[in-house]
Amino acid sequence: MPVFHAATPQQVQQAVQTALAEKTPLDIIGGGSKRGLGRATAAGHGLDVSALAGIIEHDHDELTLTTRPGTSLGEIEAALASRRQMLAFEPPGWHGVFAAHGAPAATPTIGGSIAANLAGPRRIRAGGPRDHLLGVAAVNGRAEAWRGGGRVVKNVSGYDMPKLQCGAFGTLSVLTELTLRLVPAPATTSTLLIATETLAAACQMMARALNTPQDVSAAACLPAGIAARAGVPRAGQFIVLLRLEGTSPSVIDRAATLRRQFSAFAELDTPESKAVWHDIGAVSPLLANPDAMLWRLCPTPSLAPEILAALTDLSDQVFLDWGGGLIWLAVPAATPDAAAASIRAAIGPHGHATLVRAPAPLRARLPVFQPLAPPLAALNARIRAAFDPAHILNRGRLVPEP
Amino acid sequence: MPSLPAANPAIVARRAAIAADLRRLVPEALIITEASERMAYECDALTAHRSAPLLVVLPRTAREVAAILRYCHANAVPLVPRGAGTSLSGGATPMPDALLLGMARFNRIVEIDAENRCATVQPGVTNLSISQAVAHLGLFYAPDPSSQIACTIGGNVAENSGGVHCLKYGLTTNNVLGVELVTIEGEIIRLGGKHHDSPGYDLLGALVGSEGLLGVVTEVIVRLLPTPPLARALLIGFPLVDQAAATVAAIIAAGIIPAGMEMMDKPAIAAAEAFVRAGYPLDVEALLIVELDGCPAEVDHLIDLVAGLATAHGATTCRASASEAERALFWAGRKAAFPAVGRLAPDYLCMDGTIPRRHLPDMLARISAMESRFGLKVANVFHAGDGNLHPLIMFDANIPTEIDRAEAFGAEILRQCVAMGGALSGEHGIGLEKRDLMPHMFTDTDLDQQMRLKCAFDPQALLNPGKVFPTPCRCAELGRLHSHHGALPFPDLPRF
Ligand SMILES: Cc1cc2nc3c(=O)[nH]c(=O)nc-3n(C[C@H](O)[C@H](O)[C@H](O)COP(=O)(O)OP(=O)(O)OC[C@H]3O[C@@H](n4cnc5c(N)ncnc54)[C@H](O)[C@@H]3O)c2cc1C
Repeated sequence: MPVFHAATPQQVQQAVQTALAEKTPLDIIGGGSKRGLGRATAAGHGLDVSALAGIIEHDHDELTLTTRPGTSLGEIEAALASRRQMLAFEPPGWHGVFAAHGAPAATPTIGGSIAANLAGPRRIRAGGPRDHLLGVAAVNGRAEAWRGGGRVVKNVSGYDMPKLQCGAFGTLSVLTELTLRLVPAPATTSTLLIATETLAAACQMMARALNTPQDVSAAACLPAGIAARAGVPRAGQFIVLLRLEGTSPSVIDRAATLRRQFSAFAELDTPESKAVWHDIGAVSPLLANPDAMLWRLCPTPSLAPEILAALTDLSDQVFLDWGGGLIWLAVPAATPDAAAASIRAAIGPHGHATLVRAPAPLRARLPVFQPLAPPLAALNARIRAAFDPAHILNRGRLVPEP
Repeated sequence: MPSLPAANPAIVARRAAIAADLRRLVPEALIITEASERMAYECDALTAHRSAPLLVVLPRTAREVAAILRYCHANAVPLVPRGAGTSLSGGATPMPDALLLGMARFNRIVEIDAENRCATVQPGVTNLSISQAVAHLGLFYAPDPSSQIACTIGGNVAENSGGVHCLKYGLTTNNVLGVELVTIEGEIIRLGGKHHDSPGYDLLGALVGSEGLLGVVTEVIVRLLPTPPLARALLIGFPLVDQAAATVAAIIAAGIIPAGMEMMDKPAIAAAEAFVRAGYPLDVEALLIVELDGCPAEVDHLIDLVAGLATAHGATTCRASASEAERALFWAGRKAAFPAVGRLAPDYLCMDGTIPRRHLPDMLARISAMESRFGLKVANVFHAGDGNLHPLIMFDANIPTEIDRAEAFGAEILRQCVAMGGALSGEHGIGLEKRDLMPHMFTDTDLDQQMRLKCAFDPQALLNPGKVFPTPCRCAELGRLHSHHGALPFPDLPRF
């Protein structure tokens, strides 16, 4: 497979123009850390945009960051941390999810995180990439360079084109510049650990905690058996983790209130908390078996226990984040069709399930993303065509395409 | 003054026939044909533009909306969706050859789901009534436009409305989880839901702020948040605008995101004080209202920090609210700023540009220079925390040319916003009012890409025509892909 290397937006445009002329699709590759995510596609030309990298402007006063999409998450996090700021959606990187046996993990980029719309544990409080992407420059499937949104937080001038790029997996345009909104990094973080005996009780507890005005910024539940893999001491059958962030007087006050209300058995300090929530975002508790297939379910949060009850035979390798709104499920490599039918039946109309990690032949045969109802699928196809009528960009990555 | 596309006389001539067809198709819907009754809908809050609609149709169910849209689609009849008609940009301005689809009868709160912190409501429900309906659960709906008593959640979704608290809690787009949408073909589809994110493209993201151009919203799932236990506000006066702007910057730089941070200039302070007697200092050039909310330990800590920053930057008054009543009083003047200015002049235009915060003092200086050039007075209120300006340009529509001068003045302010790296609209939308300024912010390619999105939803451009885009959508032309017939445009592009 020939690979174009683009280090400038103009080179991206030239590559798309060439691919159009040759009628060959382009596989867009950033850091390459999530190449295993999405439908497995027939190889076209590669378009390597990893050199389209670098922070263009960190506007500390205006709380914005303008960057090339190939910039690594690590570089961005370091630059922001040096000014005590951060991306509120806590891009999880998934460093280890797709790492081949023994090989060093590829570098996750900001562009990849946006294209896949990946948010970490703070999703429930602060929203996802879509809520923080203010503006984009991009090249569509007609090789036209266009801009959408802007550099200011409040902007209803025309359609919100940046949001459409989040989760589009590059099928609408190749991103060449991103402007993101920043928030101040909290000075203090604390995590309360609470033991429970059933998943249903754990989910109710998370909902109750998120309903208090104590501003819980993350709520996860780990079965005791895998808690140790995220460095969490075990107690009971399930451990609920509640995170508080903010100024020190505020965190101390809120933690004391919640500790009393939920009888927490332990509290993690700032460095411990950061490590644990990083591991939860990175799916670390389920990465012990590199051959297991991984599902990511986003249900209506209160329905998580019911959905999991329907799936108990499948796997004991599971954990919850987003107050129950995110379920990670590992199924053994030998499971026929990765149990797709049972999993999608269990979630029904109450959310969606993505087959995040599975061998390529399976990802070519099964829908990786939740199939859409026919009128919605037709509308999605028209939107795809509105940006990329020849299906040049990442053809087949989301849904089968001729 | 931007004008609507010329009315199609063939449609106007069919008024009675269309009404008869609709009566048959949707017998339950209210249909208004009488000229005098149609006049009641002749404008929204952009009152300079008036024209009675072809017909007014008031459905009550998604199925009725679907039947109406299917009919419009089959018969090429345009339509304008309308909530409460408080749009300031002419988003709901009717047209003589278009149905006005009033959504006011969709006024039910369908479900309150405390466990998942969301509520399912019909689009005609007013913004404020959502927070009122969930207050007993210790929850609230965060976006709070000043028009919240009247404006509907459907209108909020269409305009991506904000309010004084969106600095901390986000705009409508960040607080809507899902919608039921009727497409122009009459399909009823669901975007989003009680779960996070959705498979496929983020159509919900594209829909919010789309000003009624992509479909008709028949149900909305909104996110609810726990009500903070305490909110306190600071009322801070400065002898110089620069000092107020520097204080805003210093607060953000200190890592504080207040629940709200509003600024008013001298004319706005005077107007508001005369109107509601909120106790605003009258000897200052700029007033800041900074609200902090959260647990008491946090609020008290931050109040002290912010007061310290204000004093260090030259504040001459700085009062912290000691009670809910006092906090409400601090806000009363700001919340009534529009009607207060309305007492100073027969008419005013409310502008809505956004700029990077650092340009606030420069922008104010430029606006005051423009005042003498255009011969009109301005009072300024800002959502200072996010650089959203609301200059209120005062004029008298009875004096010939004043409205034209006011509109020219407004356009100049908005062009300046774009030149400073900002946007034409922060929360009121482009609508009819700012439509012709879009090319100042976007290139033809940018606008074509936006119009192609419109074409994917509504290729005949029947939904709210004449709004947002300065040129009509040319969907057939925009859809064509010009091929290069096999000739390689860049033969020496490196491949490895
Ligand atoms: C005094 C005053 C103060 C204001 N303060 C603020 C403020 O603080 N912040 C702010 O953001 N705005 C403010 N506004 C502007 C206005 O209130 C908002 O834009 C509001 O969201 C409009 O809601 P509405 O129900 O009146 O919609 P309308 O004015 O009826 O319609 C607005 C747009 O929504 C579309 N629409 C309405 N319902 C639907 C539906 N069901 N489906 C599809 N499209 C639909 C219409 O076609 C139109 O394009 C203010 C207005 C006034 C008059």
